Order: sequence, then structure tokens, then C-alpha cells
Amino acid sequence: MNFELLIQLIINGLIVGLLYGVVGMCFVLVYKSTQIVNFAQGEFLLIGAWVCWAFLIYFELPFFIGFLLTLAFMALFGILLQMIVLRPMIGEPIISVIMVTIGLSIFFQALMKWIFGVSPQSYPQVFDNQSIQIFGLNIEMAYLMSTVIALIIMVAFYLFFKHSKYGLAMRATAFDQQIAQSLGISVKQVFAMSWAIAATVSATAGVVIGMVNGVSNSLAIMGIKVFPAVILGGLDSIVGAIVGGLIIGVLENVAEFFDSQYLHIGNMYDIAPFYVLLIILWFKPYGLFGTKDIERI
Amino acid sequence: MSSLSMRPCGDFRTSYKQDNTIFETKTIRRMAILGIAILCGAPLYFDAYYLTLFIQISYLGIAALGLNILVGYTGQISLGHGAFFGFGAFASAWLNISFGIPVILCIPIAGFMTMGVGMIFGLPASRIKGLYLAIATLAAQFILEDFFARADWFSGGSAGSSADPISMFGFAFDTDESFFYVALFALVFMYIWGCNLMRSREGRAFIAVRDHYLSAEIMGIKLNKYRLLSFGVSSFYAGIGGALYAHYLGYVSAEGFTLFMSVQFLAMIIIGGLGSIKGTLMGVVFMVFLPEVLTSGVDLMKETEWGNIPMVIDGLSYIKEMAIGLVIILFLIFEPDGMAHRWAQIKNYWKFYPFSY
Repeated sequence: MNFELLIQLIINGLIVGLLYGVVGMCFVLVYKSTQIVNFAQGEFLLIGAWVCWAFLIYFELPFFIGFLLTLAFMALFGILLQMIVLRPMIGEPIISVIMVTIGLSIFFQALMKWIFGVSPQSYPQVFDNQSIQIFGLNIEMAYLMSTVIALIIMVAFYLFFKHSKYGLAMRATAFDQQIAQSLGISVKQVFAMSWAIAATVSATAGVVIGMVNGVSNSLAIMGIKVFPAVILGGLDSIVGAIVGGLIIGVLENVAEFFDSQYLHIGNMYDIAPFYVLLIILWFKPYGLFGTKDIERI
Repeated sequence: MSSLSMRPCGDFRTSYKQDNTIFETKTIRRMAILGIAILCGAPLYFDAYYLTLFIQISYLGIAALGLNILVGYTGQISLGHGAFFGFGAFASAWLNISFGIPVILCIPIAGFMTMGVGMIFGLPASRIKGLYLAIATLAAQFILEDFFARADWFSGGSAGSSADPISMFGFAFDTDESFFYVALFALVFMYIWGCNLMRSREGRAFIAVRDHYLSAEIMGIKLNKYRLLSFGVSSFYAGIGGALYAHYLGYVSAEGFTLFMSVQFLAMIIIGGLGSIKGTLMGVVFMVFLPEVLTSGVDLMKETEWGNIPMVIDGLSYIKEMAIGLVIILFLIFEPDGMAHRWAQIKNYWKFYPFSY
């Protein structure tokens, strides 16, 4: 058994898992505060990464200005999307809501392919390409930076929800929309804000992944990979999303390791999370941390 | 009431039988029979292109009806219908090649095999609903897709597998004209079966589960049983549709049955109308014609001097995808009840013309 490779893969899994956690967090945020299941989460990453790429390559802006402009653009985009497409869906059955976001996902994916083409593009060099040694393991600088950014985002989320007025308003809305509204919280504003946050944070994740792997349409797969993570953690738990993301990230890599060493089934990296997902749903239908749906008559 | 030829204004039905008929008036039944009779002659006056489209409508329509029974009538959701469709296609080809079973028997057997697979993946459905179910079926989609690409013994792996045309009494239905009749028969048969299913005890149970599952359970309807059964019926329809598709094309490859296909099936029933059998067919027709209309639209635009925009012409395949996404969104915002509802409104408008009701 090749322990060094296994540990290296687990580290990689944790790094990727943190990013899943960030995207999962956005998903949970939108679900908790607006009761909308966002199947277009992956497209937020995709759009963010492409827009930032366009700012850097076409307009030749320095990285930080381009990045900030991307964030501003995405915030606006999220709010507009919420206002135009998702506000009419309030109160509709869940299948309609799911389908509308699937429609959005198809639309934007095709639009991005149309505008930017299908071939992957790489970002201009932002970080040094060297790798550093930690405990005898090679970790690329870009990966380290992505971890740092993911951790910063998580801490920012925590501070925002725990200590700011808007965070409190959002938690109140997530608890009960009617009570929140009767206490003077603008639920409309909260909805818009949660979409804006989800769009900007996802776009940040998209840019980070784009810098490491190059930007292409395969980024949208993140939006689907995030489902096993959030289901594992339970849909309405932000901590659960992070834990779920980490578990899925490690699981992918470990499955890949055992597959390449012993089983030789192939393609385990992409499929293993879905097997786990199905098994969890068989035995624990509301995930590991999710609240159980109890209905009183 | 079926003795009347016009429907009276208002609800005058006095017996359960009247409430339950497929055709509300004699005229509607005559029109339906006449329509099928006209369609029987279609190979005489339509060319191969339209026959291809019709055959496409028929196998997609059968699968979409299955999805509508699951989503529209039982209130469950499935994002794996495309994969079940694919499973039916591969299963039928596999049965035919490996065991030499005649194709005409392969199709129903493939349907039942797909039903079994659908029920395995539908198992969580008896406990979960809504979003969790959507994601469980999403997992089914990816797992089956992976299975198609890998199981060489079953699907021929990445090379795909070939399927013989349907043959009966030494006559092979291998041209568009002859397969058209197979497709028409299957379509009519499966739709009548679907209508009848919805009039039966099981169909009413499905509707009760959809409308209020707690009340249904209190009334003695076994939720688990009917949710699972609905999954089975839906997969059965998908399998039959897939098997017809396989034996029509004569070749099945693993690439076609993606999540996008599942979404297209969902789009069909949403555009047509959830919980409407007539609407299902309308939605399928809409979705089959949408890309064709876009293609001919771009072709027309190319002719004019201002319309020759290379970006539009090269991006046609993306425009088609975008159109599908856009149509889903627009229908859900402006006409959530689908074309069937709009059709009923238009009909009422003409019937009552000078008055509003």
C-alpha cells in the first residue's frame, strides 16, 4: 500500500473539499433564506470565472481591479436574477422552482459556450507556480492560496451571520418568513441579498478554481458535485455543508486511490459520491445534520 | 353523457361513469378516431423528414407520458428519466442480441426490466420527497450513465450496441414508412393505457397522494406502495420508449442519455401541462418542433442580406440549448399550467364567444 500517495490524495481531497464546502454553503444559504433550490449554482462559478477572465484578458486590467469588478457584476447579476426570474416563483410548488433553476442552468451554460467557446482557457499568472514543502508533502502554491481564500470566506460567513445586523435579519428570515416580516425585516431585501452573496462567493470560488485548473465549461460540474455534499450534511445546515464538502472531497480521492490500486473499475472519482449519496438517502433521508421534516395535522 | 354530441354549459353529470369517460362527447371521440385514421395514411402524403419527426414524437411521447404520471399525477420528481429511457434502449438490444428473443417481445421485457431498475432507484422515494428525491434521482442518472459507459456485456461499452429492426411474420419494419405504423400503434396503445390507468383505483390513489399525501394516508392509501408503483409505471413507459428508439435507429450509443435528456423530458411535461395526458403530447410536439423551427428560421435569415451573421449561424446548436432553457423559464413564469390549460382557455373563449362564461 502506497501510504505517501494516499496521504497526498487525502490532502488534495481536503483542499478541493473546502471549495465544495464554500459552494455548498452558498447553496444552503439560498435554500435556507429563500426556500429555493438552486440548480444553477455551478453556472454562477462558470459565469464568474469567465467574466473575470474577460476582464483580465480583453480589458487587460490588473488582477485585483478585474476581480473586484467581477464581484460587483456578480452581485448585480444575482439580484437581477432574483428579481426577474425567481420572485414570481415564490409560493409555487417545489418542482416548478427546481425546474426554473434547471432552465437557468441550461440557458447560461449554453450562453457561456456560445460567447467564450468550448476550449479551456488559462488565467494569467497571479500566484507563483512553485510548490512548497509541508511535512514532506508537496503542496502547490495555488492550492494553498485557494485553501486560504476558502477559509477566509468561511470565517467571513461566520462573522457576518453572528455579528452583523443583516446577518441577523437573514437568520430571522430563514427561521420564519412571516414572523421576520412582521418584525420589520424587509424579506425582499433579504432574498436579494442572499442571492447576491451566493453569486459573489460562488464566483470567487470559480475564479480560484479557474486560476488553478484553467477556466472551461467543466466548472459547472461543481454545481452538481455540491449536491452529494449538501445532502450529506443536511440541506439546511451551513456547518453541515462544509463538513459534507470535506467528506466528499476526501471520498473522491480515496475512492480513486483504491480503484487505481486494487479494484480497477474506473471513473470512481466522479461516481463514488453519488453511490454514497444514494446509500445515505436510503438510511438517513434528511442527511447527517439536517432537521427532520415533522408535520402536524 | 357520451350520447350527447355537444357539451352543455355547466356540470350536469349525474353518474360516476359519466365523470370518468375518456371522451366527453361523441364528437370528441369521432374526431379522435378520425385523426388516427388520417394519421394512418400519413406515409402517403408526408415525406420522410416529417415521418422521422413523427416517430421521434411517438417514442419521446411515450417516455414523457411516463414522467407525467410520476410528476404530474403522483407529485414526485425524477431527474433520471433520460437514463431510464437509455436503460430501456440498451436492455432491448441486449435481450435481442444475447438471447435471440424476437424484437417484438424484447420491447415489453425491456420495459419491465426498466421498471425494476426504476423501482430500485425509487426506493428512497417512499420515504423522501421534493428536493431530496430530486437529488436521489440525479444520482440515479449519473450512476446509470456510468454503467452504460462501462458495462461492455450489457451496452457494448463506449462502442455502443446495435439493435435489429422489429420484424413480424417475416416482415421487417426497417423503413421510415413501415416503422411509422409501429410507432403510431405504440403511441395510441400506450396513451389509451395511460388514460385508463388514471381512471382506475391506482390512478386515483396517485392523484390523492399528489394532492395531499397526509390526507391520502389517513384515508388508507399506502403511501410507500403507490409512490413506488408510480416510479415503476413511469420507468416502464421510459423503457418502452427507449426500446422503440433503439430498434428504430438500429444503434444505441452511451452518449445520448445525459442529464440534458432528462431535463428535456421534464421540459416537455411542464410545457404541455403537468397532470394532463393530452398536454403531454402537446409538450412533446412543441419540444420536437422547437429545434427544427429554429434551424429553418436561421436558414431563412441566412438568405436575407442583413441576416448573415456568422455568430448566429455557427452558434446554432447553442441557441437551440438556450431556447430550451428559456422556454422552460418562460412557461413556468407565465403559464405554469402548460399548453393544455391555454388550449382549454382558447376553446372556452370560442365556445362562449359573446359572453365571458
